[in-house]
Amino acid sequence: MRRLRKFAGSVLFYLFVIFVTAFYALPLLWLVFTPFNPRATLAVEIPAQPTLDNFREVFGNTFAMRAIGQNNLILATGTMVGVTLIATLTAYALSRARVPGRDYLSYILILFSSVVTGTAAMVPIFLIISAMRLIDTHLGVILVFIGGYVPSAIFIMRDFVDGIPRSYEESALVSGATPWRVFLDVALPLVRPGMMVIAIWAFVHAWGAFLVPFVLLRSPENMPASTAIYSFYTEAGTPNITLVSAYSLLYALPVLVLYLLVNWRYGFRFFGGIKR
Amino acid sequence: MERRPILSLKTGLLFLLPALIFITIFLIFPFLWILGVSFTNQTLTGKGALSPEFVGLANYARLFNFETWLTRGNFGNALVITAQFVLGSALIGQVGLGLALAVAFYRRKGIVREFVYTLVILAWIIPDVVVAFSWIAFLDRDFGTLNQILSAIGLGRPDWQLQQSLLSIIIFNTWRGTAFSMLLFSSALATIPPSYLETAEVAGASAFQKLRDILLPLLRGHILTDLILITLWTFNTFTPFLITGGGPAYRTELVSIYTWRVAFQFFEFGQGGAIAVVVMMINFVLALAYLAMLRRQAVYT
Repeated sequence: MRRLRKFAGSVLFYLFVIFVTAFYALPLLWLVFTPFNPRATLAVEIPAQPTLDNFREVFGNTFAMRAIGQNNLILATGTMVGVTLIATLTAYALSRARVPGRDYLSYILILFSSVVTGTAAMVPIFLIISAMRLIDTHLGVILVFIGGYVPSAIFIMRDFVDGIPRSYEESALVSGATPWRVFLDVALPLVRPGMMVIAIWAFVHAWGAFLVPFVLLRSPENMPASTAIYSFYTEAGTPNITLVSAYSLLYALPVLVLYLLVNWRYGFRFFGGIKR
Repeated sequence: MERRPILSLKTGLLFLLPALIFITIFLIFPFLWILGVSFTNQTLTGKGALSPEFVGLANYARLFNFETWLTRGNFGNALVITAQFVLGSALIGQVGLGLALAVAFYRRKGIVREFVYTLVILAWIIPDVVVAFSWIAFLDRDFGTLNQILSAIGLGRPDWQLQQSLLSIIIFNTWRGTAFSMLLFSSALATIPPSYLETAEVAGASAFQKLRDILLPLLRGHILTDLILITLWTFNTFTPFLITGGGPAYRTELVSIYTWRVAFQFFEFGQGGAIAVVVMMINFVLALAYLAMLRRQAVYT
């Protein structure tokens, strides 16, 4: 009886695994095969003669390459640097100075950032960026990204800073170092893993984002891949599937590489107070 | 005795300054600004751009005009669609599937788990437009993988984008976002001491009893956290726009897409502002409900 039950449990488990695998893998098959297919369509076909010609076409397309190699890189790197610096400074201050209400602050921030979010937030943000004369500039997009990501980044970073021992900083203070030097020379090296996590997290988000550049950028030469991809049409006026599929894979590649890196280095798991 | 803080209050506030500036400009200020704009007839071009006039509650009245409220392309219609979308893809889809995955792989290690988790996480982290193109191909009536399979087993070729558009984006969003719930529940389950379950096993408890009487009660707090975060995110997501564009005939016009259409396609900022204020109010109520639940949770533990 017990063995029968165990057997039934195993069967059920593997049926579930098969179902989930199919559900998750099938929609992605197109992305795996089509970029290497000389006749790319919406159908999933395992190419009889795989080719890299589609990628050659992408690399030959200056507009497409500028979007990914220049615009995406500027947006994601700028956001990454801004978010990491600001979140580290803030988390350190919240952890080490007796700021009134500091224990609630990161919670309130994260809640507020989930309230002022999405398309609804883009309406006033568009007007603010207009007033700052930053419409159709990379700086405008980066600033909006930083404003949107900093609350979560502070939340995650706070855990890392709280986790490092205070004794090193205390002895540095006793030997007469200024607070700024203590932060730079003693605390920063200790929280470097946390900064890495934040940096990768911010980079991946900014790299893949669609809505903010879609609303704030106007001219094609400023667009990142997420909006530039919508101008890949053939002369007949239909989407150029060949270009779109190869470009999609190329565009997703940095995210996949970073995921593998994080998974190998730290293990992909939750950081921050969510685990309570 | 409490230890001396490492940073003085003054230096601490100095460190906080950059974050405070960004948060003021991009979180607090937008909320106040849009509240003001929602009482005007501001537009991008024309008369409303140069000298917007105060119109009182006119934008709100238009939004809640109950004669046309529920008709296609109006706010009520968008709210009803969004409610179905949140119920289907967030509450049932993501939380349900995430919980099922976490429980199914509880105390299991090895290649099967790694493989399934990686797939689910990939669906979550690949950029929006890439998964959108992949899903457009997947759902295509004539060439899509889904219909290839369905017609091979004799179920015909339904036109997903046309006839089942809302169902399509509900399934898509479940696929897209389940990873978060799965990871949250997995890390929560990992903190449960194995002795709890071992005792139950000695007493002869079935798998279902262990789930109902041990795992689920211990996960209660995490399920609440997950529910509210997922609800907020799903309520505000714009990604389905990349698959359906809100169509056909407004049948997948979520509130986020409706907001975009009014504010950025027609550039009626006054009207768009009123929508944004109402949406943020809804978000705010959801967030408050979350805080209240967290506090109750804290009293119990």
